[in-house]
Amino acid sequence: MKKIFFMIVLAGLLILLVTSVMEMPGIGSIDNPAYNEVTRYYVENAITDSNAPNIIASIITDYRAFDTLGETTVLFTSIAAVISVLSLGHHHGHKNHNSEEKVEKQHG
Amino acid sequence: MDDLIVKTITRLIVPFIQLYGIFIILHGHLSPGGGFSGGAILGASIVLYSLSFGLEKASKKLSHEASSIIESAGILWYIALGLVGIFMGGYFLTNRAAGFPMGEAGAVISSGMIALITLGIGAKVASTMITLFHTIIKED
Repeated sequence: MKKIFFMIVLAGLLILLVTSVMEMPGIGSIDNPAYNEVTRYYVENAITDSNAPNIIASIITDYRAFDTLGETTVLFTSIAAVISVLSLGHHHGHKNHNSEEKVEKQHG
Repeated sequence: MDDLIVKTITRLIVPFIQLYGIFIILHGHLSPGGGFSGGAILGASIVLYSLSFGLEKASKKLSHEASSIIESAGILWYIALGLVGIFMGGYFLTNRAAGFPMGEAGAVISSGMIALITLGIGAKVASTMITLFHTIIKED
């Protein structure tokens, strides 16, 4: 019963997604909502604004430099988290090992 | 890994990998590439070195403290470049209006803040890769 219910819900979701994909404009079409004045501004003015022939570099480090700063901060935070977790487990295991040895010595 | 062939090839190839990484970082505003990809190449060279020569020798080349300092310095350099824009009377991370030397389009030293930010990102990504790899293989 549960399986049939899931199947019906998934079929409905499939129909919904397929119909919305059919409604999407074609790749590279001039009517795309993504092809608006922002794209044209970047293509026409990026070199005069930032003197960099690589438009992607001038977008990610000049127009949207604040976004890249956040990206770099994410890298920093992730490495801090990984190091704290890994080295914490290391020290913890070491201490446990020592205390076990001590207990064994006392018992011995 | 204690193999003569691997060690010899690594010793030969690491300078070229590092040169290529520095090229990618310095030409980030001229050609495809930039801080993230160039930093990944630089980090991969040290990862290759520590795979073939072991962690102790790699730590002598670039210690854990040095890579942590580089990592913090990269992001502080980025924020300092952004604050220059505020002190010169513009917004945070202003490029041309903050008076960075713009140079000539197409030259290596040009485009003001972009090249400097790419340098910072490259150092940051390289040291992140090295620190992560050394921390993980230290557990074994």
